[in-house]
Amino acid sequence: MSTVAASTAPKTHYINVAYGVKSWLLTKDHKRIALLYLASVTFFFFIGGLFAVLIRLELLSPEGNLVQAETYNRLFTMHGVVMVFFFLIPAIPAVLGNFLVPLMIGAKDLAFPKLNLLSWYIYNLGALFTLIAIITGGVDTGWTFYAPYSTSYSNGNVLLTGIGVFITGFSSILTGLNFIVTIHTMRAPGLTWFRLPLFIWSHYATSLIMILGTPVIAITVLLLALERVAHVGIFDPKLGGDPVLFQHLFWFYSHPAVYIMVLPAMGVISELVANMTRKNIFGYKFVAFASIAIAVFGFLVWGHHLFVSTQSIYAGMIFSILSYAVAIPSAVKVFNWTATLYKGSISYNTPILYAFGFIGFFIIGGMTGLFLAALGLDVHVHDTYFVVAHFHYIMVGGTIMGYLGGLHYWWPKITGKMYPEGWARFAALVIFVGFNLTFFPQFLLGYMGMPRRYYAYPDEFQVLNVMSSAGASILGVGYLIPMVYLTWSMRYGKTAPANPWGAFGLEWRTTSPPPTENFPVTPTVTWDAYEFRPREEAEVIDITRH
Amino acid sequence: MQVTVPFSPEQASTYAGDVDNLYGFLWAMTIAFGVVITLAIIYFAVKYRRRTEEEIPRPIEGSMKLEVAWTVIPFFIAMGIFVWGTSIYFKQYTIPNEALEIYVQAKQWMWKFQHATGQREINELHVPLGRRVKLTMTTEDVIHSFYVPAFRIKLDVVPGKYSTIWFEPTRAGRYHLFCAEYCGTSHSGMIGWINVMEPSEYQAWLAGGATEGSLASAGQKLFQDLMCNNCHRPGGRGPELEGLFGKQQRLTDGTTVTVDESYIRESIRMPAAKVAEGFQPVMPTFTENVVSEEQLVQLIEYIKSLGQQKGAAGTAPGTGTPSPQPPSAASTGAEQQGLPEANRPPSNNTRMSNPVGSAPPANRRPQ
Repeated sequence: MSTVAASTAPKTHYINVAYGVKSWLLTKDHKRIALLYLASVTFFFFIGGLFAVLIRLELLSPEGNLVQAETYNRLFTMHGVVMVFFFLIPAIPAVLGNFLVPLMIGAKDLAFPKLNLLSWYIYNLGALFTLIAIITGGVDTGWTFYAPYSTSYSNGNVLLTGIGVFITGFSSILTGLNFIVTIHTMRAPGLTWFRLPLFIWSHYATSLIMILGTPVIAITVLLLALERVAHVGIFDPKLGGDPVLFQHLFWFYSHPAVYIMVLPAMGVISELVANMTRKNIFGYKFVAFASIAIAVFGFLVWGHHLFVSTQSIYAGMIFSILSYAVAIPSAVKVFNWTATLYKGSISYNTPILYAFGFIGFFIIGGMTGLFLAALGLDVHVHDTYFVVAHFHYIMVGGTIMGYLGGLHYWWPKITGKMYPEGWARFAALVIFVGFNLTFFPQFLLGYMGMPRRYYAYPDEFQVLNVMSSAGASILGVGYLIPMVYLTWSMRYGKTAPANPWGAFGLEWRTTSPPPTENFPVTPTVTWDAYEFRPREEAEVIDITRH
Repeated sequence: MQVTVPFSPEQASTYAGDVDNLYGFLWAMTIAFGVVITLAIIYFAVKYRRRTEEEIPRPIEGSMKLEVAWTVIPFFIAMGIFVWGTSIYFKQYTIPNEALEIYVQAKQWMWKFQHATGQREINELHVPLGRRVKLTMTTEDVIHSFYVPAFRIKLDVVPGKYSTIWFEPTRAGRYHLFCAEYCGTSHSGMIGWINVMEPSEYQAWLAGGATEGSLASAGQKLFQDLMCNNCHRPGGRGPELEGLFGKQQRLTDGTTVTVDESYIRESIRMPAAKVAEGFQPVMPTFTENVVSEEQLVQLIEYIKSLGQQKGAAGTAPGTGTPSPQPPSAASTGAEQQGLPEANRPPSNNTRMSNPVGSAPPANRRPQ
């Protein structure tokens, strides 16, 4: 097998086609832009993680003693802002999506390559403002920027951070636009909608949310800035505004944003489950439409963040019932992934371990969502550590398992090198254990009554907080291990064949790493998604032969 | 029947048990669902492990029956949870008609309480066991959230309006009050205590407490000092206020509004917002610089007391004893006797003349 791959390995591919900083910074190749994003989001994951370390250290003891209250408030705010806007939202779409959408549909690039590069620059411009805000003192409003605290009371760099979020939003919009146009117009001949990999379906659903939702957060930040700078009364009642209006506007984007984070992860998991078992996804159409259903219903549930915000109790009822509606397509996905394993050929390689981890986190995160959507129960656990635990399981556990699982699975394609399997399995296990130890105690803390964003807390909460911090140290190590061995493998890893997994999908029918134009000839698709065949039948399109 | 779930705070209110039951049920369901899926994954992963590098399993297209089953069954379960959760919510957020009324003002970073009988507390609240307590809350600055885990109750306190919740303590004791909505630097220091006392101890606490007279009597004095009665009198330029509370009021735009705490508050802060039918919008605006949130509460209690006096003998302002208290609290004779002191200047009434916890001797506090 590997001898065949070695003999067909191309001499030039997208990585060695040109050298020098300029060839990267001015590239229009979606694969190179994906790597630029990889560097950016990894940097911000590191920054956000650093804040998390300090938060967990402070919470080891009930009394505040490591940093000042003011500093602590800035730490959790910057942790949230950096992780949400600069890591979780762009991570999978901008890195894996950018790399794979054209490859999976048999296209040479995205529809608008220059726009794609522009979106990376816009991301970095927004990131720059946010970094300046951090360096010059940070911001203490919480990543939710609730008014009137953010508009009339906070003395942090609200404006700078807001500008950062505002600008970065446009990079999201451009990426979403690019994906939608590409998926509509650039599919290879024969690649009909129901032959598309589920990764593409979930990215399509994600893109819809990006272009419909992101403008609303931009407007909200703009209104916030207007009130803060020009004292136009929009949210602060002292100026004639309504503070609850801010929450409606903020969550109209920020709830769907959760699906921007987790839908792409679901797409990755579908690929991992299918390809690591060599089976077509059980109930393909149900999984595909579940993504669309989640995207649509996701826009109608923002009010479940306002159950205790003096919103009308009848509005609360509507938002509660709609939130349960979102739970159904999510459950359908879990059932179908599990059923796919039935009579499969299940590999124990790292990617499937991440998929199993994702399903585990998603069950806990998703089921605790049912707790929070239950009005009378939410009253007790709202704004406590129960919520913190819940959204970390979904947004962080789910998204990072998808992201890391995908990164491992496509690493041979991206870099042309294999990662060390043993280390990778070990890291996946460490992350799974560390994550549960970190966040499961927080469910219990929340039900016991510990509110979130507390710098100091009553003694009875200490034991669980210490457990959480201990788990976080394991989790931190778990995240560092892949950073080390993936970097190592770029130079020292074994050379990867075109299709090391015996996987199905157009991206595996070109060389690893692919040439700049992806495919020497546009492939014609005559097969369904995940129509696994013996290896000799699945021809590799080899650029050396054309 | 009430279940005690591990890692839960004490159950100290009438609906705490309801919340715990739903919580316990949902964990049971989560564990059941998680175990079933986990076992299925482990079983499949072992049984169908890859045996040769080249094997290609036979494809399975899916099953309409299964898809319908695992869409419809979770849907009905979800609707059941929805109904269950909603019924508790309505219990928590539907304010009973008869309740002991307490006013809450939040500010960075403290909780201030005003009892109708005039006691004032900061970060400590004393309430009797077995009595419904209604809280009418507002804030002087940012959003806060009133959270008592032992009662399973929480509601945001939003600037510019009143929000109301209620609870009925079922167990004497001292329970944590937290601010649950992030409100700035000392958010985590905005902690107080709810002291639930046996009714007899509570009466003793009331008796040993405030000496400055009820909110209504303070409000009456304030009403005169602000010269409200220049217009709010029979034939005056403003509506008569006697017997108005709780009634439907027709407005100049033809709609009607219930005269409650929120409407009175709005009519003082922004008189032109909803003008009563037959009157001109001539009332001046009273900002918080003129009438503080605490004073506003006094005026409201006074107007409420006018409603209760209707039909009683002396209705002219300045006579009679305004008694906004529901019957069971009416035995607080000490407060009624303390009334004349309400004739002090309003500034005395509105400042912290009864600071934190000074009222009850320490030995009366249940621990």
